[in-house]
Amino acid sequence: MDKIIEIRHLKKNFGSVEVLKDINFSVGKGEVVCIIGASGSGKSTLLRCINLLELPTSGEILYHGRNILDGAMSTAEYRAKMGMVFQQFNLFNNLTVLGNCVVGQVKVLKRDPQKAREIATRYLEQVGMAGYINAKPSQISGGQKQRVAIARALSMEPEAMLFAEPTSALDPEMVGEVLKVMKSLAHSGLTMLVVTHEMAFARDVADRVVFMDDGVIVEEGSPQVIFNNPTQERTRVFLKRILEE
Amino acid sequence: MFFETVGKIIAKYGPMFLQGAGTTLLIAITGTLIGFAIGLVIGIVRTIPLDAKSSPVKRILLKVVNTILAVYIEVFRGTPMIVQAMVLFYGFAAATGISPDTTIAGIVIVSINTGAYMAEIVRGGILSIDKGQFEAAHSIGMTHGQTMTSIILPQAIRNILPATGNEFVINIKDTSVLNVISVTELFFKTSMVNAGTYKPFETFFVACVLYFIMTFTVTRILRLIERKMDGPKTFTIHGSQTVPEAEIKVTDGEKTTWIK
Repeated sequence: MDKIIEIRHLKKNFGSVEVLKDINFSVGKGEVVCIIGASGSGKSTLLRCINLLELPTSGEILYHGRNILDGAMSTAEYRAKMGMVFQQFNLFNNLTVLGNCVVGQVKVLKRDPQKAREIATRYLEQVGMAGYINAKPSQISGGQKQRVAIARALSMEPEAMLFAEPTSALDPEMVGEVLKVMKSLAHSGLTMLVVTHEMAFARDVADRVVFMDDGVIVEEGSPQVIFNNPTQERTRVFLKRILEE
Repeated sequence: MFFETVGKIIAKYGPMFLQGAGTTLLIAITGTLIGFAIGLVIGIVRTIPLDAKSSPVKRILLKVVNTILAVYIEVFRGTPMIVQAMVLFYGFAAATGISPDTTIAGIVIVSINTGAYMAEIVRGGILSIDKGQFEAAHSIGMTHGQTMTSIILPQAIRNILPATGNEFVINIKDTSVLNVISVTELFFKTSMVNAGTYKPFETFFVACVLYFIMTFTVTRILRLIERKMDGPKTFTIHGSQTVPEAEIKVTDGEKTTWIK
């Protein structure tokens, strides 16, 4: 399978604290990979490293076999290929819903504004937010913001989408609408790397589940294996705790 | 009696007061605008991020520039404008042998003085923007420059408008200190009028009213600009599940107000 991202011996220190210790894994084209683990296990830092929002201390991040950490391609060019959805939505507060989905296309991809608006509208339709193009982020709900954030990332037509705990900041009744959109994206063949606490989503949608603890990947495998027959004791303990809640 | 005297003073010296007010406004407006531009540039430069990937040249250059800018800010915030006016005006004259035009000198002094304050106001405005805004812009491939111009500065400038208004009002009032270098602004002109009337209370009362009219008008105009920048408080939802052609108007996140 064509690997879009491959991580080799990735390490990240914050001062003297080792947050990531020798991470190795890859994401193939069309694959949906969910990263699960307790808070502080390093899963969010890993995702931020993949988009270079944090600079790894050492190791390699290969994008189609090219190491992006040695300057093989510009950071901006690489990031434009990686859509990212944040826990806190981070919609651009000075722009409308449509503006949020257009600005990157025009500024980064140099698309014609009219074409950019058409593309943006298409993705806003896909996430059910096309009616709200004139609204400002402050005027819509959390679930709606996150759906717009997904459309903003999709409008760049990235090769892979990174989701950093996309439902963790949402009120419980809004989690469903966002997960529904993510599910449909997964079924459409989009490559997705999802850091999540939604175990049901990981079990139902992921092709592969990665369990992280204390800065290392403890175990990875199909959802059936991870959730039903984990080989590692740490995975068992984590799942027992989280599924009993 | 009082108002009678005031009326007489206005009738006789009205044009002088207006000339003075005109010069005051000219210096305050241009000084604030240029000062804002200076502050904007410095604020942007002082918030350029450095990371592990930045080149040593960029690092050193930025450090040198930042040090110079820090000195400028500290010196011009740390000394009174009245003293700056004396030192710069007579310093320039001594160094070049040319006595500069007092109005232009006034504009220059107010501009660089305001620039020092605005630099910190702009920097504060940029730092107050949530880190997530930067990250989101970076994550779609925007460079730092694109992020600043498209996302951060529009928000930062909106947020610092009240502080900018403060500077504007302060400048209208503080141009009065420029009388020490004989700038013919309102205070200077009022003093001249007073030399003819020998009625300081009534004469300066007129100046007082004029200053207030100017500052009050400026604050009102800035409020209008703020509101304009905030954009409409309502938005329209196009279409609904049952009526695809419906338009639903929403006000301040409140419930629907009409459907047509």
